[in-house]
Amino acid sequence: MAKRIDAKNLNIYYGKFLAVADVNFTIAPRSVTAFIGPSGCGKSTVLRTLNRMHEVISGARVQGEVLMDGENIYGATVDPVNVRRTIGMVFQRPNPFPTMSIYDNVAAGLKLQTGRIKRDELDAVVERSLRSANLWDEVKDRLDKPGAGLSGGQQQRLCIARAIAVEPQVLLMDEPCSALDPISTLAIEDLIQSLKEQYTIIIVTHNMQQAARVSERTAFFNLAGLGKPGQLVEIDDTQKIFSNPSERRTEDYISGRFG
Amino acid sequence: MTTVSTASTLGGTSSLRKAKDRTATTLIWLSFGVALVPLVWLLWTVVAKGLHAVTRHGWFTRSQRGITYREPGGGAWHAVVGTLEQVALCTAISVPIAVLVAIYLVEYGRGPLARATTFMVDILTGIPSIVASLFIYAAFITTFGGQRAGWLVSLALVMLMIPVVVRTTEEMLKLVPNELREASYALGVPKWKTITRIVLPTAASGIITGVVLGIARVAGETAPLLILVGYSPNRNYNLFSGPQGSLPGMIKDQFSNLGNTHVLINGHPATVHWAANRMWGAALTLIVLVMALNLTARLIARRSKVS
Repeated sequence: MAKRIDAKNLNIYYGKFLAVADVNFTIAPRSVTAFIGPSGCGKSTVLRTLNRMHEVISGARVQGEVLMDGENIYGATVDPVNVRRTIGMVFQRPNPFPTMSIYDNVAAGLKLQTGRIKRDELDAVVERSLRSANLWDEVKDRLDKPGAGLSGGQQQRLCIARAIAVEPQVLLMDEPCSALDPISTLAIEDLIQSLKEQYTIIIVTHNMQQAARVSERTAFFNLAGLGKPGQLVEIDDTQKIFSNPSERRTEDYISGRFG
Repeated sequence: MTTVSTASTLGGTSSLRKAKDRTATTLIWLSFGVALVPLVWLLWTVVAKGLHAVTRHGWFTRSQRGITYREPGGGAWHAVVGTLEQVALCTAISVPIAVLVAIYLVEYGRGPLARATTFMVDILTGIPSIVASLFIYAAFITTFGGQRAGWLVSLALVMLMIPVVVRTTEEMLKLVPNELREASYALGVPKWKTITRIVLPTAASGIITGVVLGIARVAGETAPLLILVGYSPNRNYNLFSGPQGSLPGMIKDQFSNLGNTHVLINGHPATVHWAANRMWGAALTLIVLVMALNLTARLIARRSKVS
């Protein structure tokens, strides 16, 4: 069910400026992969190209292919809206919809995509998603209260519930714990471990310890040089990256010699 | 060993700074007062002079049919209805157009068409109401051969209201954080649905405020009334034919007859001021009407927010 992601010769441009050059990787289904690297090296940019979210910025374009179970999401006939229904995303700062209640937030993806859904089906989906996001017990008595009235960690879990309510195959997470305290971060990391049984997860993180805790594979991105585009330096099993990386630059970054 | 300085490095506020602070505070309060004085004076004048007419029995149910300027009586119902109808038609036409233009400018427009549109809206902002009225006259009466009627007033008001609503709607849409749009796109929601179901509801109360501001601007415009529809002291519910009463129209009508003050009471000459009373009454009614619309709009906006 969860899909595999391949990137082939991926080059990302903003207008004429080449931001990230020649990225190639394979991500197995039902695994957690971490993207690490210093600020500005392109890891969030690459993440966004995996569900065509970079197209929201005018002038952003891509050369190369991103394959989901062999199907190129940049094919000529592919609708980006459909891509994003299969590949979901959670952002750095929690962004629940302010005019909607908790229930409506979780149901938003379904309600706004397809037409009519019966109330009981919707109830079931909302409960399932909130349980999967470990939020059900905390909010089950106040589902009609505004989504913005929760704490930061709860809001982020709400956004995760919202993302998984539409049953994507792949879940992209862009530094989901950056804005949260350590306890909420732990809650979300536990959540990722349980979610990976159903979804392929790719998480961008600044926190190397988090990458080591949470992921099976890690990809290290870095700038080729000052003013040069970002690139994928090394991708390998997390164990190997953090103990015995192949590339000198990876080892420098891991051991804190820079970045 | 260095000597310790006797003066503390933190120190107190210097007296020069205190003096500057006092001067600035005084100036700001004075400016506030100066700005407030005309407003309070205006409200006081209108309320004091208009209350007498407005509280008379029948002000809100009777028209001025058959009432001469030298006698009391009648009401402003014909004028209230006329103004409400004209403004309602204007709002029904301008708001959809203005909101769509604002959505285009904020969410879609990037190229020369967007720049041209913004420029046009800026120009419309500066058009005097009498020029807009002349244009409607030339188009609909001279060229298309129509008759003067209330709906033409609405058309002229549309030209005045659209730029106000476009600008405020634009500002409100820009205030919606981009992260909300991104969250919606990431769920696989198409752009148009994101705009109608996420962005617009989030900006709704601000947009409603903008609409009410637009209504406040056009409700009192008199030039279109003079050029495009005649004033009638009788009830006329038909926007599409015949002269129609309106609150600014009634104000002007009574104003033009302020000199009609000499009557005979029991054979003795006396001066009366019924026209003046009604004029102020109409002015007070207009202000109260716009304020009521404002409050209603705010209540609607508050109720539509998730509590």
